[in-house]
Amino acid sequence: MNALRRRRILILMFLFCGGSVTVALAILALQQNINHFYLPAEVRDGTAPIERQIRAGGMVVQDSVKHHEEGLKTTFDLSDLKGSTFSVTYEGLLPSLFREGQGAIVVGQLKSTGIFVAHQVLAKHDENYVPPELKELHEANDP
Amino acid sequence: MIPELGHFAAILGLASALGIVATGFWGAFTNQDSWVEMSIRLAKLQFGALAIAFLLLILSFLQDDFSVLYLANNSNTELPWYYKVSGTWGAHEGSFLLWTLVTACWTLAVALRSKNLPLDLHGYVLGTLGFLNVAFLLFLLASSNPFDRLVPNVPIQGADLNPILQDPGQVIHPPMLYIGYIGFAVAFSFGIAALCTGKLDSAWARWTRPWVNMAWGFLTIGIALGSWWAYYELGWGGWWFWDPVENASFMPWLAGIALIHSLAATEKRGAFKNWTILLALLTFSMCLVGAFLVRSGVLTSVHAFAVDPQRGLFLLGILIVVVGGALYLYFVRASTIRSRIQYWGMSRELLLLINNALLVIAVITIMLGTLYPIGYEWFNDGDKLSVGGPYFNRIFLPLMLVLAFFLALAPISQWKNTPMLLIKKSSILLAGSAVVALVLPWVLWSSLNFGVTCAVALALWIVATHCKSFWRQRKSLNLGFVGMVVAHVGFAIAISGVAVTSAFSDERDARLQPGQSLVLNDKTYELVDVGQTQGQNYSADRAHFSVNGVMSMYPERRNYRLRQTITTEAAIAPGIFRDLYISLGEPIGNRSWGVRVQEKPLVRWIWFGAFVMAIAAMVACLDKRYKRLAKRDAIKAGSSK
Repeated sequence: MNALRRRRILILMFLFCGGSVTVALAILALQQNINHFYLPAEVRDGTAPIERQIRAGGMVVQDSVKHHEEGLKTTFDLSDLKGSTFSVTYEGLLPSLFREGQGAIVVGQLKSTGIFVAHQVLAKHDENYVPPELKELHEANDP
Repeated sequence: MIPELGHFAAILGLASALGIVATGFWGAFTNQDSWVEMSIRLAKLQFGALAIAFLLLILSFLQDDFSVLYLANNSNTELPWYYKVSGTWGAHEGSFLLWTLVTACWTLAVALRSKNLPLDLHGYVLGTLGFLNVAFLLFLLASSNPFDRLVPNVPIQGADLNPILQDPGQVIHPPMLYIGYIGFAVAFSFGIAALCTGKLDSAWARWTRPWVNMAWGFLTIGIALGSWWAYYELGWGGWWFWDPVENASFMPWLAGIALIHSLAATEKRGAFKNWTILLALLTFSMCLVGAFLVRSGVLTSVHAFAVDPQRGLFLLGILIVVVGGALYLYFVRASTIRSRIQYWGMSRELLLLINNALLVIAVITIMLGTLYPIGYEWFNDGDKLSVGGPYFNRIFLPLMLVLAFFLALAPISQWKNTPMLLIKKSSILLAGSAVVALVLPWVLWSSLNFGVTCAVALALWIVATHCKSFWRQRKSLNLGFVGMVVAHVGFAIAISGVAVTSAFSDERDARLQPGQSLVLNDKTYELVDVGQTQGQNYSADRAHFSVNGVMSMYPERRNYRLRQTITTEAAIAPGIFRDLYISLGEPIGNRSWGVRVQEKPLVRWIWFGAFVMAIAAMVACLDKRYKRLAKRDAIKAGSSK
């Protein structure tokens, strides 16, 4: 084996090891940043984990959006229109397309009290668009 | 009548594309001039036909012809005329017509600008480009025809263009992006042609490089415009979301950088030949994957077009044929191409190899994060998940810092081997940059952050080493070298912007009544009052903010009547060193409003840096050596036949 080839193999091995370490780190980071999605029924029946970052979604119940007297705290209910509903509290500005009777997705933690504390609220971005997570609800809603 | 003419022109485009495939490949295969000449003529015809089709669609928009389904869904008489024009590419069908027009445009450019190419190479390149447009046009005509009529129940009024798209950003962001994406189809075709002819030498690399640079430059501008548009139009001050579709444009962008650099090694040293070809094939494949993800509805994204399973399957078919065919050809033919490999110690070849390795790892990790949710849903019976932005930041940002470190050595490195003395000298510059980077953020933003210090130190080091080499070579400058230096400085500007904005941005949400104010950093933002205002097709609440009592800012909350859609129009006070950004949220209770105020330092540096990189890539194409050597290469290629 000549020097040239040895050097080449060394370089390739170095690249391979570097690549593997990065991919391993990537998979680790991926596992820590995955947000599973849950429907209202799963939030209610205990399928959804408590005190972990998750995503959940449903239709915003009519007349359920309440702003607190002071500050930007808001509470509202999300429902699957089939009898399961859960409450969300959120402190911050709601997205411009957030509306009662429409779908919304919340990101945050479910507390042991059954209240979902959201740090992010996502609404659909135009009137034809339904978040794929909520498609089943929409189809059930308007047949 | 006009839509039918447009439809006919598109069919004519398809026919000429088929002609290009036949004449191009046949001419190359049999080495007959006349056939390749014919395919050049057909490229002109194809461009003409599709340009007419596109203009006729624009004309239909201007005439408010709502008997055309696409217009009925995406236009309205109340739209200002310029948004009717840009509405042409505001949704799936019209934007795909633009896509095919851009393909025809690049085909025409290759047909006209490559007089010095060897006959067989020219024929194969044109034939491949023609083949791609055949696939695109079949898809357009079969499943996404923008000229389809809506009869007999013709609506009097259209459903309006999505309000977010009623913006100058929409006029220019998609065309730039498409020009970039499909520009890589030229590199793809050169790769296919090299595999077909079996000839891959410095001349091939020289012919390919300007096309790759142009494509990458346009893609850079397209992505930067998209980011800037999201920043001011979505109204909440975000400029990158790691949204799957952003990632879909970002992956070919990164692969494009890798391709530009491996082409340099292939041209100058005859190194990485096989790898360069594979990259050329994969970069465009990633553009196709992006198009598939956006247009098939497999993704949740602000960019995703309306969902139609049939379209998804068709696109998947194109993807499999093009990518599968290209990779098959590659594995059959690539072994016939030999590289001269001789990278020693700290050579420029080694640096380019590291560049490519880092970029490929970056692409793979982004791809993992983007496709993982789709795969998970597929294998877990519809269970859904999403990958958060922190994943991408944790992997991608450190990789870019490592890349920046090696990038700083680029101008002092030499082919084959770099004297250690040069590297030692430049490490003094690194020490100096590090000291400045420790002090500077403290002085400017009175806080310290590990990531910012690393990024600023490396950025300063990059600027220092590049300026030094530039000064050394000032007597013998060529545009290739100038382009390299300017692009790398642009990269330094962009990473400083990204690091500082990400670490030192401040924001505060508050609930304000007129007369109340909030304080952020050293500034007081007073809500003076909230009034009403009218636009051509919307009404809006318009707040008046007074900043420190000297500057007025007017964020709006618009209600577009037709779609009953509310959008946030932020008020932005731009600056070189910081932007002030106010968004008006919803009204709460008695006369209160939700308000978000942000201060974003160096945010403009991100787009400015990207713009500098794009211009530099294009300037490098003008290097005289491409012209000077083209003649010689042509004669050589002719004599070898």
